[in-house]
Amino acid sequence: MTEPLLEVQGLVKAFGALRATDGVALEVVPGETHAIIGPNGAGKTTLIAQLSGDLRPDDGLIRFAGEDITALGAAARSHKGLARSFQITSIYREFSALDNVALAVQAHAGHSFRFWRAARTEDALRAPARAILNEVGLGSRARVLAGNLAHGEQRQLEIAMVLATRPRLLLLDEPVAGMGIEETQRMIGFLSTLKGSKTMILVEHDMDAVFSLADRISVLVYGRIIATGTPEAIRSNSEVRRAYLGEEGVS
Amino acid sequence: MRARPALLIVGLAALAATPLLASLFDQPFYIDLLRRVMIFAIAALSLNLILGYGGMVSFGHAAYLGVGGYAVAILAQQGIHNGFVQLAVAVGGSASLALVIGAVSIRTSGVYFIMITLAFTQMLYFLGISLDAYGGDDGMRLAARSDFGGMIDLNDSTVFYYVVLAVMVAFLYAIHRIVNSRFGMVIRAAKSNEARTRAIGFSPYPYRLAAFVIAGAMCGVAGMLFVNHTAYLTPDFMHWTRSGEILFMVILGGIGTTVGPVLGAFVLLVLEDLLSGWTEHWQIILGPFLIVVVLFARRGLAGLLSGREPHD
Repeated sequence: MTEPLLEVQGLVKAFGALRATDGVALEVVPGETHAIIGPNGAGKTTLIAQLSGDLRPDDGLIRFAGEDITALGAAARSHKGLARSFQITSIYREFSALDNVALAVQAHAGHSFRFWRAARTEDALRAPARAILNEVGLGSRARVLAGNLAHGEQRQLEIAMVLATRPRLLLLDEPVAGMGIEETQRMIGFLSTLKGSKTMILVEHDMDAVFSLADRISVLVYGRIIATGTPEAIRSNSEVRRAYLGEEGVS
Repeated sequence: MRARPALLIVGLAALAATPLLASLFDQPFYIDLLRRVMIFAIAALSLNLILGYGGMVSFGHAAYLGVGGYAVAILAQQGIHNGFVQLAVAVGGSASLALVIGAVSIRTSGVYFIMITLAFTQMLYFLGISLDAYGGDDGMRLAARSDFGGMIDLNDSTVFYYVVLAVMVAFLYAIHRIVNSRFGMVIRAAKSNEARTRAIGFSPYPYRLAAFVIAGAMCGVAGMLFVNHTAYLTPDFMHWTRSGEILFMVILGGIGTTVGPVLGAFVLLVLEDLLSGWTEHWQIILGPFLIVVVLFARRGLAGLLSGREPHD
């Protein structure tokens, strides 16, 4: 088996008496799309936040590309090659779509203690940002204020910002949350173009998205991973069906 | 944002013509008033850099005004009148102070940030009161105005006026460049969405701290000009109401707008002057006016003038 890109061992995060993450172990191999599913309150977002560095775990180990990153903050992990999207769209609403992506490019283009030259005239930032906007299908919306974009477009923009950091691992927290059917299909279509070339962790409620994208699925219930396997294996796992999918199973 | 450039040019031209008109109509008082306005505009501009673009609500910006003022006055009392030396001490002192205050306060946010910056400034205010050698509570006369050799004579009211105007224009331009640079984009991004900013790989802290120090240094220059303007130093330079006044100029003029702080300083101080000549209860009129502007002009006076909702 290939060396895992991400390796999580014994991860614990408690909020008071609630163990939101209760001894999670997880391995993600390069090129894999690994979905994490689970009922509401299972601790999915808490887990993602610990992987991205937004939340410090109480215990456990997170190893990325062979390196212990447990103590690193979000900004440092971004430079190691981890990038996340948020469950609730997180963009710069009062900047243009292009500015949003250019900022993500800038964050990975050396230090920003440059005080004089107008950043918006720097081709080194604008050109890659434009290319990524085109890639996600927002090329024609580059000059629109991010806050004025449609909800689905804002989700796309966030993915564009994630890609602009040239990540080795994408942490996507419910990328199709709140989207209409058509938008959802478009987003799934786009993510499937990344499949294979990018390693992804996908937290998602939308079962269409999960089963059409994931190579492997981990099921999180009450802060514990109760099963990991291929979509077929998860679909037929009786414990999963009982705990999460419901007796009637998924269609 | 972009206030209409034409308005900016007209405004600056009017400021440049003021000494001429004032002497023509024999009203030297207006030189004095507008010089004071511009000095406070410099202070407000510097606050706007961290408040408007960096999202840091400093309620202690008068501290740097005080450091600039004390640097000049104390040096002058020791017989050091060289303006360049005084400038270096004023800027170095206020930047160092900003580094210390910023290093502590930027780790917090919201109301804690406001309270810490206020507390630091109050400490300095009481330190000023306790400095009996330098006038204590009563303050002291400035021994002599800053001396810049033969080139610039601050005792000449008109020359001094143009020095202040030049500094203000230079700072306006410098801040315009800074907020649009890579550095400026980072502090604005961190203000807009801190979690996103960390997630894409920026640690906001060092950038915010640098902005805080730049703003402190700029306000130190305002303090140096202010003590030369009043020719008298008192701890009131650092009183919390002074911090509030500067804060209000920024809010009134338009937070996060290029020229807003200048407009805010102008309107607040000129209105204060006009109304106080008319009635001793001038604050009863000024107060409601300020409330109306804040309520109905979301981007302050600059937002009204530019005629649209500007965006960054």
